[in-house]
Amino acid sequence: MIHSVPKRIGQIKFGFISPKEFRKMSVTRVITADTYDDDGFPIDMGLMDTRLGVIDPGLRCKTCGQRAGECPGHFGHIELVAPVIHIGFAKLIRKLLRAICRSCGQLLLTPNEKTKYLEEIRAKVEIGHSIDDVVNTVFKESRKAKKCPYCGEEQIDIKFEKPTTYLEDKHKLMPADIRDLFEKIPDDDVEVMGMDPASARPEWMLLTVLPVPPVTMRPSITLESGQRSEDDITHKLVDIIRINQRFQENREAGAPQLIIEDLWELLQYHVTTFIDNAVSGVPPARHRSGRPLKTLSQRLKGKEGRFRGSLSGKRVNFSARTVISPDPNLSISEVGVPEATAKELTITMNVTQHNINDAKEYVARGPERHPGANYVIRGDGRRVKVTDKNSLELVEAIETGWKVERHLKDGDIVLFNRQPSLHRMSIMAHEVKVLPNKTFRLNPAVCPPYNADFDGDEMNLHVPQTEEARAEAKILMHVEHNILSPRFGGPIIGGIHDHISGLYLLTNRDKKIYKPEALELLKKSSIKELMEPAGYENGKPYWNGKQIFSMILPDGLHLTFQAEMCEHCEECTKGECERDAYVVIEDGILKHGSIDEKAIGAFKSKILDKIYKEYGEENARMFVDDATRLGIRAIMRMGFSFGIDDEDVTAEADVQIGEVLSEAEERVTKLIMAYSAGELEQLPGRSLDETLEMKIMQELGRARDSAGDIAGRNLGLSNSAVIMAQSGARGSMLNLTQMAGCVGQQAVRGERIQRGYVGRTLPHYETGDLGADARGFVKSSYKTGLSATEYFFHAIGGREGLVDTAVRTSQSGYLQRRMVNALQDLEVQYDGTVRDTRGMIVQFIYGEDGLDPMKGDFGTRESIRRIINLHSNDTVNHASHRAKLLALSRPNQSENQVHR
Amino acid sequence: MVPYHEILDEEELKFVLEHYNIGKEHLPKIKVKDPVIKEIKAQVGDVIKITRKSATADEAIIYRLVIG
Repeated sequence: MIHSVPKRIGQIKFGFISPKEFRKMSVTRVITADTYDDDGFPIDMGLMDTRLGVIDPGLRCKTCGQRAGECPGHFGHIELVAPVIHIGFAKLIRKLLRAICRSCGQLLLTPNEKTKYLEEIRAKVEIGHSIDDVVNTVFKESRKAKKCPYCGEEQIDIKFEKPTTYLEDKHKLMPADIRDLFEKIPDDDVEVMGMDPASARPEWMLLTVLPVPPVTMRPSITLESGQRSEDDITHKLVDIIRINQRFQENREAGAPQLIIEDLWELLQYHVTTFIDNAVSGVPPARHRSGRPLKTLSQRLKGKEGRFRGSLSGKRVNFSARTVISPDPNLSISEVGVPEATAKELTITMNVTQHNINDAKEYVARGPERHPGANYVIRGDGRRVKVTDKNSLELVEAIETGWKVERHLKDGDIVLFNRQPSLHRMSIMAHEVKVLPNKTFRLNPAVCPPYNADFDGDEMNLHVPQTEEARAEAKILMHVEHNILSPRFGGPIIGGIHDHISGLYLLTNRDKKIYKPEALELLKKSSIKELMEPAGYENGKPYWNGKQIFSMILPDGLHLTFQAEMCEHCEECTKGECERDAYVVIEDGILKHGSIDEKAIGAFKSKILDKIYKEYGEENARMFVDDATRLGIRAIMRMGFSFGIDDEDVTAEADVQIGEVLSEAEERVTKLIMAYSAGELEQLPGRSLDETLEMKIMQELGRARDSAGDIAGRNLGLSNSAVIMAQSGARGSMLNLTQMAGCVGQQAVRGERIQRGYVGRTLPHYETGDLGADARGFVKSSYKTGLSATEYFFHAIGGREGLVDTAVRTSQSGYLQRRMVNALQDLEVQYDGTVRDTRGMIVQFIYGEDGLDPMKGDFGTRESIRRIINLHSNDTVNHASHRAKLLALSRPNQSENQVHR
Repeated sequence: MVPYHEILDEEELKFVLEHYNIGKEHLPKIKVKDPVIKEIKAQVGDVIKITRKSATADEAIIYRLVIG
């Protein structure tokens, strides 16, 4: 059963407030622009009148008798001398002026038409549909009338000049005239125009009374100098009252029409900017310092406005934010928290007879020494701050029923987050590890889900405050639980960079590792015993890298796959692969193949995927921890570096690359010659020009690739850049090609560079030159350096990349926001249906198949096959394996059995 | 092209609503003027059973309430 929220909004009705209502809700009329008298007391009938609410401590509100902080504030009002237009309705007023008779105020439609439209509107309201279409036709039709069908008055077209001027044949309509005219509109006609005359009489769009917001929403601040500084809205109200007064004085004194009109205009300006200070065509009202005032609209609108800034999202307590840095010695499910932060963030513990001694210990340590306490809450609910002085006293007083706000300590569950929070793995639950220094520390293997690096990234940390919240975080949001991504059903956490290079170096081919080395490599892992050595040399036992890696694999693991470095040869020699790219794991022993990105890398790890799905999340986490630590140790043991001279190629290779490139250029020249001679054969579906461009692009692309091949071959497989590229640790062969061989063609929108001058890209070339270098082919490599023209073309290509990413992020951000808004309240119920908060069914079974994409294998529903294989006896002898699996499903026994 | 639509009879309807523990108004809607609804001559208030191809589940069954 779906529980409904306590109260459901039945309907919302929008209307205008009438002057009468303004006066009714007002507690006082405001007549003076002054705020405080000389003694600093609010002036009666001034803008800070105590009837409007109080903000100064000690005073009592004259309306409700409550003190500052309790009194919600009350509205006042200003009687405007003459009506002014409410800027929010300027466009609607224009529509109405055009729809009604300028003399009798009746809607310019025949009685028959009116009844027809009225019926349509009522019918639409009945079924809850939008009446916009009908209303728009009403306005469109009534505007066509030349003569009033009721009083026979000739109609004159109304010209509207932004923001608030209406012209009738060059003669200006005063707001008072408009108001008088609107008053004449019969209620029935108002309804035809789609408004409810009871709650939205048209004349109410012109203000004769202005509400004065309570002081509580425009508090004044006292500066250090003792001077009072008023809120922007108060400033604006002062302006309005001043002009209103001057207007009245002038009118009573019988000032000339011209002056009256000027003052009227000024009053209109102030009321307009009071409502919205960013109307086009109205210069924004400014503070003395030149800063535009923040008036009513500005408080609500935009990202920092009331809706997006204060209601949809706000600042929270029990949170921390700082720079992150890596610590491979932490588990992936831990987060290093600075001691200073841990002392500031607290967890409230309820004192019971079971934890009273712990509680006493925390309080005794006080707020300064780490696992201490900052506050205690006594049985009667009073909060007492723990200080060095009273800590011992409090320790004596503590009894069950008290609460202790203790420091964050090792093992506490916290939420860790990095923006932009685009998927659920952007917020995960970690276990606290209190560490020295001032940054949050995390294992680099959890960088991929957060998309974090350590070039200055900051992350947020939140401390759940209730047992329920902590339990939920631990069960649903724990890192272990989020190793697999629901996006593709594979691991999103895994080794990166050095982890991959390290394990690759360790496992690639056979390396002899003697006991001290082996022990050091495995020192940080949970392995307690070495396996049978691979052999003996001079009586000393040795192991190979594959064996070392095998020790962190769980028993009974069977897996065969092609490594990242696999070249996909036509005929796979499998175990005999000369590049050692065919990985075979039998019963937890790595028999063949090298461990690279495909084996342990984030997003791709086959081994982690299998361990998670067959041995459970805790074992998966332990495997990641062990593998990353082993990787780091291995790379440190073997040594690994990359420098500028790692891209040096031999002089021979240089010559070869030069030859390849000049040959390509020659072929390009020939193509161009053939083109200008008209001998080029047109490709189907393309123009001659396009054919040429395509062929040149192909030619140059091929040239770059072969330059890269030459460079790659020359560098050899032992080159560290090649190792990184092949194992998938970092970089690609293309990066290498560009560094050591040739940067290649620069492109804008997938074409060679065409822009610049007429017929040429730069003045360095002749008009009409279609040659490789004239259209942005960069012959040099990053190592040799680019020529001036090449550098310029490269910058053009590079700029396009930057613009693309900027555009993409803003577009996808908007898309994300709309998706989230549309889907945020949908929920999968226990019966498998997807429903909204009203209990309406959206999907009868989640995803139509009811499957959790996280549990499928890389986006397929093939996991069933894997499970059948796992439990069937006909392949190898799986009996022992299954026994172990059963044992694993009983948590307590698992740890002893996974590792030998 | 158009998935198979059929009108649910009293008994089936009762079963469906009981199964999901809902009222008719909680079902997704379809308009009477929808061409399929005209074709199978369903009335406002009827519940339609749609059997359509699904990318994830091969075949999915969806119920919809006919509205005016």
